[in-house]
Amino acid sequence: MDNNLKRDIIMDHYETPRNKRIPEGDGYFKKHMAADSCIDDITVYIKIVDGRVMDISFDGVGCTISTASTSIMTELIKGKTVGEALSVIEEYEKMLNEEDYDEDVLEEANAFDTLSKQANRISCGLIGIKGMKEILESYDK
Amino acid sequence: MLDRVKIRDDFPMIKSEEAKGRIYLDSAATSFKPKCVIDKVMDYYTKENANIHRGDYDLSYQVSSEYEEVRKLCAEFLNAESEREIIFTNGASSSLNLVAYGYGQKFLKEGDIILSTEAEHASNILPWFKVQEVTGARIEYIPLDKEGIFDMEGYKKLLDELGDKVKVVTLAHVANVLGNIVPLKEITELAHRVGAVVVCDGAQSVPHIKTDVRDLDIDFLCFSSHKMLGPSGVGVLYGKYALLEKMDPFMLGGGSNARFDICGNILLKDPPFKFEAGTPCVEGVLGFGEAIKYLMALGMENVEKEGKELHDYFLKRMLELDNVEVYNPKSETSIITFNVKGIFAQDAASYLNSQGIAVRSGSHCAKILLNVIGVSETIRASLYLYNTKEEIDRVIEVLKDTTLEKCIGAII
Repeated sequence: MDNNLKRDIIMDHYETPRNKRIPEGDGYFKKHMAADSCIDDITVYIKIVDGRVMDISFDGVGCTISTASTSIMTELIKGKTVGEALSVIEEYEKMLNEEDYDEDVLEEANAFDTLSKQANRISCGLIGIKGMKEILESYDK
Repeated sequence: MLDRVKIRDDFPMIKSEEAKGRIYLDSAATSFKPKCVIDKVMDYYTKENANIHRGDYDLSYQVSSEYEEVRKLCAEFLNAESEREIIFTNGASSSLNLVAYGYGQKFLKEGDIILSTEAEHASNILPWFKVQEVTGARIEYIPLDKEGIFDMEGYKKLLDELGDKVKVVTLAHVANVLGNIVPLKEITELAHRVGAVVVCDGAQSVPHIKTDVRDLDIDFLCFSSHKMLGPSGVGVLYGKYALLEKMDPFMLGGGSNARFDICGNILLKDPPFKFEAGTPCVEGVLGFGEAIKYLMALGMENVEKEGKELHDYFLKRMLELDNVEVYNPKSETSIITFNVKGIFAQDAASYLNSQGIAVRSGSHCAKILLNVIGVSETIRASLYLYNTKEEIDRVIEVLKDTTLEKCIGAII
């Protein structure tokens, strides 16, 4: 992905994050994620109906990478089945681990395709997404 | 006058080929080491590897004497009354825990008060939380103003109210986020009037300002070697001898006892040895001795004076920047805590890293300070005697042009 495009995507999601709100109503699974090593502190909310992500949102404070990656992923998995959502997250993790991955399913999350080079920032790119994964996996079981 | 060109020549981390273009502004976390310190550590392993004490051969005798020489040197460095007041630990945190455990947990009781501040490093507050839990004593916080400056009137008021219930006053001489020097001599004098002992966290002060424990009349002083040019794994607890005699060691074991029997009777050695069970970091202490010699040769008065001048220059230039907010404009030594406006601290720090500038972002182990300065995440830049005006000028140039776009550009 072109660097200018990557920067625009990250800027956009940092400055106007999508689905950044505390949801109203019941039926949400909630996962609080706080980093030990920095101030990133993100709570993820997911509502699953009939095995599908009906709604997803997040709240909290974080750096550009944690905010933008969480925001992008909410858009990617909203509406997907739990299984589909988990496989998108799996591809994203492969990208950060420098393994072969399916670019097509990651769409805007490809903006982080070189984050693996910034060893001390990888955890920023995972914090919110790990929270999503934990909720989805516990539902899956 | 410190010859910074010559000083820089002594530091392999500055002189080496790989160091070109690197500006190290994280000495408050750990300092670089001059070659004499590194050589001494190497020499121990290549020329004089033996355990200290109790060896009946020349090498052990020689290394034991050198080890004890460092204790004397350290006493001289601090103007302590005797080297018996110098305990080697494995760092400032260890020293602070030793006081809290060996003195605090032993002598404090329900109703007693520990006075501290909200600017303390975790290592000087968490051990006292534990004292609170174990003994029923209570921590009260001396007020700070919105810039985190120690409020002398507030302190006096607390002492008036609480009187001799105050048993311990524990605080940093220079706080690790704010960098201002507290009026320790006056604080101590007032504490002594109500019969309290003063524990000083000197981790950020001893490397930078001349510290005379007798002039300050402090009861305990804790600091680390690695922030003052020495190896890591070594720290010091200075304590007035009479207090050390009363205090319990944190650990028992080899080297700390004179004799013991099968019934469980232990006769501990006198201080400082009763606190030094087990084989210490011998090479680290020897290296630390070289660090002290290095600082003494420069003269701590010079280190302090010129350190302040360089810091003041850095601060002045930082305050000129429209896009930077400085949280400790009254700081006096080494440390400047700031943010680039509108940019998350870690993002700006990453960008500085991409420009070869090493700083630290986060809450800097002073998590309750948030209540005082109102921001949870800041960048800390800290100077030491090998930094230069030219480096500061470069940092200012980079900060001036730091934008969110550039910060993101540095991570993609």
